[in-house]
Amino acid sequence: MGGIFVLAEHRQQQLRDVTFEMLTKSRDLADKMNTTLTAVILGKNVKELAKPLTEYADKVLVVEHDLLENFVSDYYQSALVHLIDQEKPLLTMIAHSSIGMELAPRLAAALNIPLATDCIDLTFEDDRLVVTRQIYGGKINARVIVRKADRYIVTARQAAFKAQKPPRPINGQMIEVPYQPPSEEVKKRFLELVTPPPGAVDISSAALVVGIGRGIKDKSNIPMVEELAQMLGGVVGCSRPIVDKGWMPSDRQIGQSGKSIKPKVYLALGISGAFQHLVGMKGAEVVIAVNKDPNAPIFGHADYGVIDDLFKIVPALKKKIAEARGS
Amino acid sequence: MNIVVCVKHVPKCAEAEIRIDPTGRDIEKHGLVYDINEWDDYAVEEAVRIKEKFGGSVTVVTVGPEEANSTLRKCLARGADNAIRVYDPKLVGSDPYVIAKVLYKVIKNLQFDLVLTGVMAEDDGSATVGPMLAEFLKIPHATMVKKIELKDHKAAIVHRELEGGLMEVVEVKLPALFAIQTGINEPRYVSILGIRRAMQKEIKVLGLKDLSLDESEVGYAGSWTLIDKLFVPPAEKVCQYLKGSPEEVATQILGILKSRGLF
Ligand SMILES: Cc1cc2nc3c(=O)[nH]c(=O)nc-3n(C[C@H](O)[C@H](O)[C@H](O)COP(=O)(O)OP(=O)(O)OC[C@H]3O[C@@H](n4cnc5c(N)ncnc54)[C@H](O)[C@@H]3O)c2cc1C
Ligand SMILES: Nc1ncnc2c1ncn2[C@@H]1O[C@H](COP(=O)(O)O)[C@@H](O)[C@H]1O
Repeated sequence: MGGIFVLAEHRQQQLRDVTFEMLTKSRDLADKMNTTLTAVILGKNVKELAKPLTEYADKVLVVEHDLLENFVSDYYQSALVHLIDQEKPLLTMIAHSSIGMELAPRLAAALNIPLATDCIDLTFEDDRLVVTRQIYGGKINARVIVRKADRYIVTARQAAFKAQKPPRPINGQMIEVPYQPPSEEVKKRFLELVTPPPGAVDISSAALVVGIGRGIKDKSNIPMVEELAQMLGGVVGCSRPIVDKGWMPSDRQIGQSGKSIKPKVYLALGISGAFQHLVGMKGAEVVIAVNKDPNAPIFGHADYGVIDDLFKIVPALKKKIAEARGS
Repeated sequence: MNIVVCVKHVPKCAEAEIRIDPTGRDIEKHGLVYDINEWDDYAVEEAVRIKEKFGGSVTVVTVGPEEANSTLRKCLARGADNAIRVYDPKLVGSDPYVIAKVLYKVIKNLQFDLVLTGVMAEDDGSATVGPMLAEFLKIPHATMVKKIELKDHKAAIVHRELEGGLMEVVEVKLPALFAIQTGINEPRYVSILGIRRAMQKEIKVLGLKDLSLDESEVGYAGSWTLIDKLFVPPAEKVCQYLKGSPEEVATQILGILKSRGLF
């Protein structure tokens, strides 16, 4: 049996956190199954970057090539098709990230290997791969059985697993593997990375963030929350739909494709708690969620919950603050 | 530009009470409100905008039961020209792999320069169908697309959204598949009148035979993944609920802020 592969993810000369999360989970799985863990890193000049991987994986396969300098799924795919065909890993784990979401489904289809995406847990039960994933916006978890095969591909949700050093020293072996370019013409070309312009307000360092979600209903209701935040010396952040609608600038978005915040208190108003939002608010010391739906997933990630209408709570808060300040 | 857009008819769950049904493998669908998948709404709008600029046609395709016609009609009202619905009772239980295969069988027979999907479906959240379909069609693809600039009819410059607000710009030759991210545009309002007018338009319905698909390739039989059991996610934190009138709740919230030195 061919062990476990983890695709190490890196960007701008840094290994991403999810790489270590996947390695930790896979180390555990590999130890339980008495098999080997292999990290795979693709890129240009990534040997130095790959070093920390040897502390987790028994083998680190380094594939370097000019064509792998930037992420273009076609070039990544040909490298992985080759490696998977050759080494026949039982499981290949890729992050459910902007890289993995572009790469994994197509790779699985090309190799005809069963795929389960966005997994928050996985185990092998009698040789069958069983995963847990979330459906219906995080309101329900599903135990999913993957069709029996001799190889599997999964994508792992970012921040679903906790990164930890292995229980014993590993000292994996680094092995350089030649790159196999695609046999067919690649019809996609990387042009550039564009970093977001710095915004006027920095929500990532604020001590108090008041977050608004789709529950705010209309743009005209935002000033009411701006006022509340101002009274408390905090800033207003938001979930993605608020930015999508153009109601707030993108630098206010909290979450996977927005910013991470680490306030003393995060007051979330009318936000359901999709995991892409949750990853951005993980750093908050205290989370207070106001939502009229008692089953909103955000309550599972909040220290304090208010099951009520935000249009009642916000005015009451403003009134109480004014009273306390004697005005 | 001939554009095919894949759309899914999904239950809207954000504000609904979701209950697991007695089989333990599905949710109670009764009473849920269905509509077009949020991501697909943006994809259809993008397709219609491209058509309005460059000419051509927009064809929407869904795999789903008769009720999914309402989603197709919404797309027709928004400016799509043709609608195709694939259905067979045997399709029940199909995972995204099967859906991608079915869509491939439909789309390979159409004339297209672009295929658009959403990044993910709100219900299964798998974010799989787009890239898989691109592999079956043997065309290049890009996901998390936030901007499409067409250079003549031969290539497109697209902006892909990465983590933390970072964007990646790539050039992709056509025909290509793009999985659309929300916020790429502002979907236009569709009037009731528009939807009523779209009632007269034809929806082409296809079955497994029309697509030369065997029963064994679809539904549970053909799927890679099978839901074994549903359960309510365990809470990660113990949430203390603040109770009382809004004023009482407000007082408690201010107490928490005070204890953190924020008030
Ligand atoms: C690749 C990718 C990246 C993403 N990145 C991000 C990201 O960075 N940040 C992000 O936030 N999302 C992101 N998303 C989107 C995410 O999946 C959700 O769609 C989004 O977070 C939902 O926002 P919401 O909670 O505001 O809206 P909804 O899910 O619609 O929830 C609205 C909530 O408001 C409540 N509500 C309604 N009215 C009231 C009221 N009067 N009082 C109190 N409560 C009320 C409802 O009960 C509901 O829970 C991403 C998605 C993808 C696929
Ligand atoms: N049943 C379906 N019919 C048509 N298109 C679908 C269907 N399911 C998924 N899609 C398309 O695939 C995208 C991603 O869905 P998923 O991979 O299921 O998360 C959706 O946004 C749709 O564009």
